[in-house]
Order: sequence, then structure tokens, then C-alpha cells
Amino acid sequence: MQVKDLVSQFKLTMVAGEKGLERQVKDGYCGDLLSEIMANAPEGCVWLTIQGHQNIVAVAVLREMAAIIMTGGQTPDEETLDKANQEEIPLLLWPNSAYELAGRLYALGVGNPQSG
Amino acid sequence: MLKHFKTDMHIHTCLSPCSDWDMSPQKIVQRSLEIGLDVIAVCDHNTAENAGAVMREGENQGLRVLPGMEICSKEEVHILALFDELDPSLAMQEYVYANLKGENQPEIFGHQVVANDQDEVIGENPRLLIGATQLGLYEIVDKTHRLGGISLSSHVDRTAYGIIGQLGFIPPDLDIDGVEVSHRVELATARDDVPGIGQFPCVTASDAHFLDDIGKVRTVFILAKPTIDEFRRALQDKDDRRIKI
Repeated sequence: MQVKDLVSQFKLTMVAGEKGLERQVKDGYCGDLLSEIMANAPEGCVWLTIQGHQNIVAVAVLREMAAIIMTGGQTPDEETLDKANQEEIPLLLWPNSAYELAGRLYALGVGNPQSG
Repeated sequence: MLKHFKTDMHIHTCLSPCSDWDMSPQKIVQRSLEIGLDVIAVCDHNTAENAGAVMREGENQGLRVLPGMEICSKEEVHILALFDELDPSLAMQEYVYANLKGENQPEIFGHQVVANDQDEVIGENPRLLIGATQLGLYEIVDKTHRLGGISLSSHVDRTAYGIIGQLGFIPPDLDIDGVEVSHRVELATARDDVPGIGQFPCVTASDAHFLDDIGKVRTVFILAKPTIDEFRRALQDKDDRRIKI
């Protein structure tokens, strides 16, 4: 599955990093404490967070993530958009809770070891 | 003529909801003098309403008191704003209040007591002072500087509300004047113990919420006089002003 498939499936709003839309999605992760994300997020994940500071892009690059999804109607800082474009990390918006989206992604097979 | 100034730049008063009732203007000043401090800064959460009373009491008893605030950014990072005079701290407070939502619930978060320099209760602050503002870190640092203050990132060694815990690392372009480490870390070895500090100037302060914690850790500055301009130069290690390790 590619990031662009998730965008169309969940009608996510893409605000930056369009060039990364063909990245492969291998897993998922949630959290807002960036030190913890830097330590534990799996490679190729989509990361659900409410943190909009530009450091999220650096963390996504470090962990070789597929995309960042800002949940709960939160929006990124201006600098974050620039960084995401530079690094080609898709930055997507989801209006509802992280809980809901994570459940739906898991049901779809993202990060679910039971799924093919 | 440069002198040593023993400082504790991060003290809460009874106005912070998580702080003890005994953290009143007179008692804070008395305790600070008893344990030999020369300078303190009053830094309540998202407010400076008790700073003036502590400053006046400091003048009465002979202690230099800087007005300040500990502001919670929208990234949920705590950052200190310190000033020379009351007016800019109140201007900072106005900026913070305009970007702080919610009402306090004293039974859950604690009372927020506004006191005068006679240690009398004037009232309670109804705002949700323990909350996060809608201000980004860059906006807070910029506003602090425009008002002539200095900006220190609080307790960077702590995961909760510390900049490294919240943001993974200190954004290199963030124009802070320095970082503060808590009593959990020795100032002398802070750079080794908390590698994320890097080259940022580093101080330590008590973050006292109880009288007994005031001055538990302190930073000795070598300055001509205890003003914000002198502190800034010491943080930059300029003109022989410096922090004594």
C-alpha cells in the first residue's frame, strides 16, 4: 500500500510533501512526545500526531517514515510545511481523533500482523 | 567591579495551582535571604500577577527580585521569560492571557492565590493557568526579546514539558538565551548528562513549589550588577561576565 492509497481511502487533506505520495506504508504509530517517537517508531510507518512543530519532519526522516498524519483537526506551523516539502515527507490532515483513524487503518491491515 | 551573585531564577508562588500556600511574597523573600540568595526570579505558570508583590517585598528586605513567567507553549514546552521591570512582564502576561483558554477548577488543579506584599489574599485567578497557550515557541521567544527579556528553556532534562522530551531535540534556530536543568542534574556535568543541550548556555534553578525547595540548586553568576543585560552577557560569556561552574 502506498501513501496515496490512504489519502484517497480516507479523504485525507494533503498540505505538503506531495512528492512522497508513492512511499510504501508498512506500519503505523501514534504519539506526540517526540523523544519517544524518535526512539520507537517503526520504519515505513504512517505516524498519527497532534504535534505541528517543524521537528516532526526531522523525526519522520530519522525514522524513515512513510507519512505524517496530523489528527484532531490540528494544523502544522508554516515552517513545518516547508520542511516537509524539502524532505518529501507527505503531511496529511485528518479532522477526527487519532483513535478512530488508527482503528480504521489497523482494520485495513496497516501494522496488523494477522493481515497479509 | 564584578561580583558573585547567587541566584535561583525559577520560583513559583501560591499563584501557581500546583504550588504550596506558604509560597507567599514575604515568606519567599525571607526564605531566599535566609539561605543566602542574592537574586531570585518569580516564574508562575502563564502569569505574573504575584511578581509585583514579591518585588516590593524584595525591595523592603533587600533582595533583588526579577519578574518572570513560566509559559507553556502550544507544543507543551515550558519556557521562562525573565525581565528587569514589572511593566514588560505584565505586557508579556497580557500576550499570554490573550492566548490562554479555559477556566481553573481549584478542586482538581489547586487554588491560584493572588497575594499582596503583606501576604494578604487579594483574590483568586480564574484562568486555567496550568494549561497550554496557543503560542508557538518561536512566538514566545520573539515576544520575550521584543520586551527586553531573556528566554530560558525550562528543565530540559525532564521528559514532561521539557523541550527535548516534547520535541526530540532543541530546534537549532530557536533563539533562546539558554536552557535550565533541574536539581536532578549537576550543572557541572549537565552537558554530558543531557547531550541534547549541545552548546546552549546552561543554568540550574530550583523550580520551587515549596519554601524548603527554594535555592535547593542555584546558579552563581559573575556580573557587575543583577540586571537582565548583565545576565544576558554572562549567558553569552561576554565581557568577563560568566556563569561560575
